[in-house]
Amino acid sequence: MQGTCGLFHTSYASESQLLPTSFQRWRFGLFFAAYAFCPLFLDAYDLSVLIMIHVAVIGAVALNLLTGCCGQISLGHGAFVGVGAYASAILSGLGLPFLLALPAGGLVAACVGMFFGIPSLRLKGIYLAIATLAAQIIIEYLFLHWDGLTGGSNGMIVASPDLFGLAIDDEPGHFWLSFAVAALVVLAVSNIMRTRPGRAFVAVRDYYLSAEIVGVNLFATKLAAFGVSSFLAGVAGGLWAHYVMYVTPEMFGVGLSISYLAMIIIGGMGSVQGSVFGAIFITLLPEFLTFASGAASDVLPGLSDSLMAMKEGIFGLVLVLFLIFEPEGLSYRWRLFKAYWKLYPFAH
Amino acid sequence: MALLEVEKITLTFKGIAALLDVSYRIEKGQIVSLIGPNGAGKTSMLNCISGRYVPDSGSIRLRDEELLDVPAHRRTRRGLSRTFQNIALFKGLSVLDNLMVGRHARMDAGILSSVLYLGRARAEEDRHRRRVEEVIDFLGLSPYRHQPAGRLPYGVQKRVELGRALAAEPELILLDEPMAGMNLEETEDMARYILDINEEWGVTVFLVEHDMGVVMDLSDHVVVLDFGQVLATGSPAEVQADPAVVAAYLGSQDAAFLGR
Repeated sequence: MQGTCGLFHTSYASESQLLPTSFQRWRFGLFFAAYAFCPLFLDAYDLSVLIMIHVAVIGAVALNLLTGCCGQISLGHGAFVGVGAYASAILSGLGLPFLLALPAGGLVAACVGMFFGIPSLRLKGIYLAIATLAAQIIIEYLFLHWDGLTGGSNGMIVASPDLFGLAIDDEPGHFWLSFAVAALVVLAVSNIMRTRPGRAFVAVRDYYLSAEIVGVNLFATKLAAFGVSSFLAGVAGGLWAHYVMYVTPEMFGVGLSISYLAMIIIGGMGSVQGSVFGAIFITLLPEFLTFASGAASDVLPGLSDSLMAMKEGIFGLVLVLFLIFEPEGLSYRWRLFKAYWKLYPFAH
Repeated sequence: MALLEVEKITLTFKGIAALLDVSYRIEKGQIVSLIGPNGAGKTSMLNCISGRYVPDSGSIRLRDEELLDVPAHRRTRRGLSRTFQNIALFKGLSVLDNLMVGRHARMDAGILSSVLYLGRARAEEDRHRRRVEEVIDFLGLSPYRHQPAGRLPYGVQKRVELGRALAAEPELILLDEPMAGMNLEETEDMARYILDINEEWGVTVFLVEHDMGVVMDLSDHVVVLDFGQVLATGSPAEVQADPAVVAAYLGSQDAAFLGR
């Protein structure tokens, strides 16, 4: 209950709400409502960036569930996204409605992810990283060389999705579609994290010996984490494929896996909110650098070319700076920020 | 019928016997202590019971059911839980969540029902939260409820670990050196909790502890282990008087250490 002098919970249910205060609920509601109107005043390019943010949010939340919460590092998530993309593209190409092809692609990715998650029973840390890197390379190889199914290096054309007879073939449509899916995924993972399976994931991460003692089946829990995480990664891939309307193997390289890892490290390991922040940050960073070099070209014409060339370097620099100065991620910074304003002007 | 019957347990590591033909019984409702010099095999014994180690031969029966056929993570449901010698908490989880994980084996929400977080998963959370709150009240953990377990003082972390084991509603609780590294006051508190767990909650306690004062005061029954073999069993007074036990501890006839 929100009293005048503070927040008091009178039931366990009210305490475990995702947004416990009415202020938070209003803030979220207003933000969502305003955000949903974006397509009315943004151009197609801006919307395409937002759509890619939605896709990245799904992928980052998925990876954070596995790596941040369950402690199982994966360098293969780019490939799992690809499996979802190819599978849903192939299935919708065979005439399956988009609404079925998307989760079906996710299921295929979940099976692949769980298969490559099997070594996690024995391998930890850097060894598991190498094992999942092998998954990435194997899957990428299949994308490239299984011509009959994937179209090889030419890639394949994907039909634009169709929801209940409503064709989604422009940016606003894809904006709303991917926004809805991303919101559902964030809600679903938040729900997992506040209930029994989520706690089991963290238990496996923090101390697997005592996790076993309290009754957590280590292998089943790790596999479940791989399964859920790759399912969501596959959904992200399906959305991406149906938005850009083609898939090629190079979209799902190891670079994509790394950038998802960068998102969750910058956002905050083990935090759903952090994954969202990280996904926004990493997707916007190149846009920002392009914008900055464009703006700089007016003043210093020579600079814009070299800035463009340095983009990758600056990207890496930002990552390193984050690791040094913000090891807890953006979600931690956000918490400090909120705590500061909560007590403003008596911030002590 | 004894609650736990350990019969001829032998555990070897590459030919070295950590436990050799160990047999003893734990009666329901008692506090039984396992003592012995360092390296006697006490923690190995607990690991055999909890399922971390698989003994080479012998049998461990809980309520007449063979425990060694049951995988470690299923033994919790059979009424077994334990604490560790070194703190083995889930550092990133709050105290409350640590205790909720303790109830993992008693809950059954799967991924799908928790994704939806509708009626059943929600009701289950509330129901188990109620039990966990009882443990929190009992151990005086309410000031720390929402704090990450890793940031608490040592003594409190030990208590949280006891709480996590209690949250599983065990019939038999295995405590591996619950007083290790505690000051006198904390030791007394912990001793009180152990007695209360035993008397009020009706939990049988199997205690590994080096603090002889605590062991002799609390125990109904003591098992002495040395070099992986049972040296003596009996009431605290009998064990204290046993010359073999005294010799194992001090290598002499000086019983002052055991008596306090």
